[in-house]
Amino acid sequence: MGMTMTQKILAAHAGLESVVAGQLIEADLDLVLGNDITSPVAIHEMEKMKVDGVFHKDKIALVPDHFVPNKDIKSAEHCKCVREFARKNEITNYFEVGEMGIEHALLPEKGLTVAGDVIIGADSHTCTYGALGAFSTGVGSTDMAAGMATGKAWFKVPSAIKFVLTGKPAKWVSGKDVILHIIGMIGVDGALYKSMEFVGDGIANLSMDDRFTIANMAIEAGGKNGIFPVDDLAIAYMKEHSTREFKAYTADPDAVYDEEYTIDLSTLRPTIAFPHLPENTKTIDEIKEDIAIDQVVIGSCTNGRLDDLRIAAEVLKGRHIKKGMRCIVIPATQAIYMQAMEEGLLKIFIEAGAVVSTPTCGPCLGGYMGILAEGERCVSTTNRNFVGRMGHVNSEIYLASPAVAAASAVTGKISCPCQLD
Amino acid sequence: MKKANGRVFKYGDNVDTDVIIPARYLNSSDPAELATHCMEDIDKDFIKNVKKGDIMVANKNFGCGSSREHAPIAIKAAGVDCVIAETFARIFYRNAINIGLPIIECPEAAKEIANGDQVEIDFDSGIIKDITTGKEYQGQAFPEFMQKIIAAEGLVNYINAGK
Repeated sequence: MGMTMTQKILAAHAGLESVVAGQLIEADLDLVLGNDITSPVAIHEMEKMKVDGVFHKDKIALVPDHFVPNKDIKSAEHCKCVREFARKNEITNYFEVGEMGIEHALLPEKGLTVAGDVIIGADSHTCTYGALGAFSTGVGSTDMAAGMATGKAWFKVPSAIKFVLTGKPAKWVSGKDVILHIIGMIGVDGALYKSMEFVGDGIANLSMDDRFTIANMAIEAGGKNGIFPVDDLAIAYMKEHSTREFKAYTADPDAVYDEEYTIDLSTLRPTIAFPHLPENTKTIDEIKEDIAIDQVVIGSCTNGRLDDLRIAAEVLKGRHIKKGMRCIVIPATQAIYMQAMEEGLLKIFIEAGAVVSTPTCGPCLGGYMGILAEGERCVSTTNRNFVGRMGHVNSEIYLASPAVAAASAVTGKISCPCQLD
Repeated sequence: MKKANGRVFKYGDNVDTDVIIPARYLNSSDPAELATHCMEDIDKDFIKNVKKGDIMVANKNFGCGSSREHAPIAIKAAGVDCVIAETFARIFYRNAINIGLPIIECPEAAKEIANGDQVEIDFDSGIIKDITTGKEYQGQAFPEFMQKIIAAEGLVNYINAGK
């Protein structure tokens, strides 16, 4: 029986000729990731294990990014725990404040994730690296601990849903609109336990940053992973960022899929997910009433990359955010921050009345740097709009693309750039 | 494996890990401290009313969202002995097993069992009995290796025991 892209990668890492959906396997890991929230729990668990140290000091990445620069004493203690563990175990890829970025933007940029890899991370958005043709999936802290100790993890081989993307997205439509459209279509558990495999000639019309955004939110449909084929653009990205060998896998012609959807990207419209689930989507045209907002966040592992900042700056250039609004822009890594500075994007943001923050997950998960008060509404380029996610239990998050977020900051209500002027 | 027998706290679809334990408390990883905030954004009385041995029942996609292991840790530390749901989000499922919190997928039981019912669960057979209504349900029994992980109170102890 034919295998999907995901199944081929898993088979190769389990030392098997082939695997089938539902099979339990043990796979070798190319990278194990943790952050400042999940790593301390993993480190504590690993200390309980009867092991001498980590399996490979180059194949672990520790990225304090959620509550750093340390937001309070307890967070500082967590970061200290991670730092000391990294030092003691001589972890090559520990990224201190000043080097760090939001983990899922940082690792591909640093060349640590390439096609054909099997990667686990104690962060649900670890599925991001599927954009490069890797199998990557989120796990908890105990799995991270076992992964750091042994270099292996057990998996149930997933079945898959195939998404055939065709056509070219219109102006102001980006990867965020594609993935919100899909989640709206299949629901927040539409891909539960499954791979989401993206194929089709429309992929050539999506930038790498678009693809990272799409793979990043596979988890919001319940997916185990999201994965793209390795094309010239992905190869160019890996060659620019990494010295590691990569391996491109393609699905067999007779691979079995549970479901198949064809999506013509040219028909998609700017899409917004209403509170309190990412599946509650409406296109900009379906929003008939004015939805007044208090805050805009542009950033996160979903949409804090250079393309995202360029789009937001294109909207905000020569405009000003509405009086009384707060607009928080968070470049996802130091390199993105620097490039945005050199391109003059940060100047545009500041002149428009936005604030620019150092890289952090901060407001996305209600940590700090933009917490909402009771009754407040935010348009955010982040990935979750659950109850209380960004602050008060009676606040609201509307998930959208950088284009819609920037336009909404200008008008003070949910808007598309096409509605400005 | 031991049986569970307790009173039910019932919830709906898509209970996410942000409401199980909000991120504003994730500057701690102490189970007892996390438990004091468990479920507070959707049920502020849960922690006041839950007793050791109680059971949580919910509908589809329980534990969706963040991979924080603090979520099953908080539920377990609050005293809950088992979570029954129609379906679980996959990372939560792994995490619960890995820390030794028994969870069972059983769509019929998840739909029919009501808040406050007294329920008994036999983990060896997967049989769930609603003592209040007298109705029995066949849940999915754990594969042997998962039973061993739960019996050892988690993956780490299980790995250590094998050495």
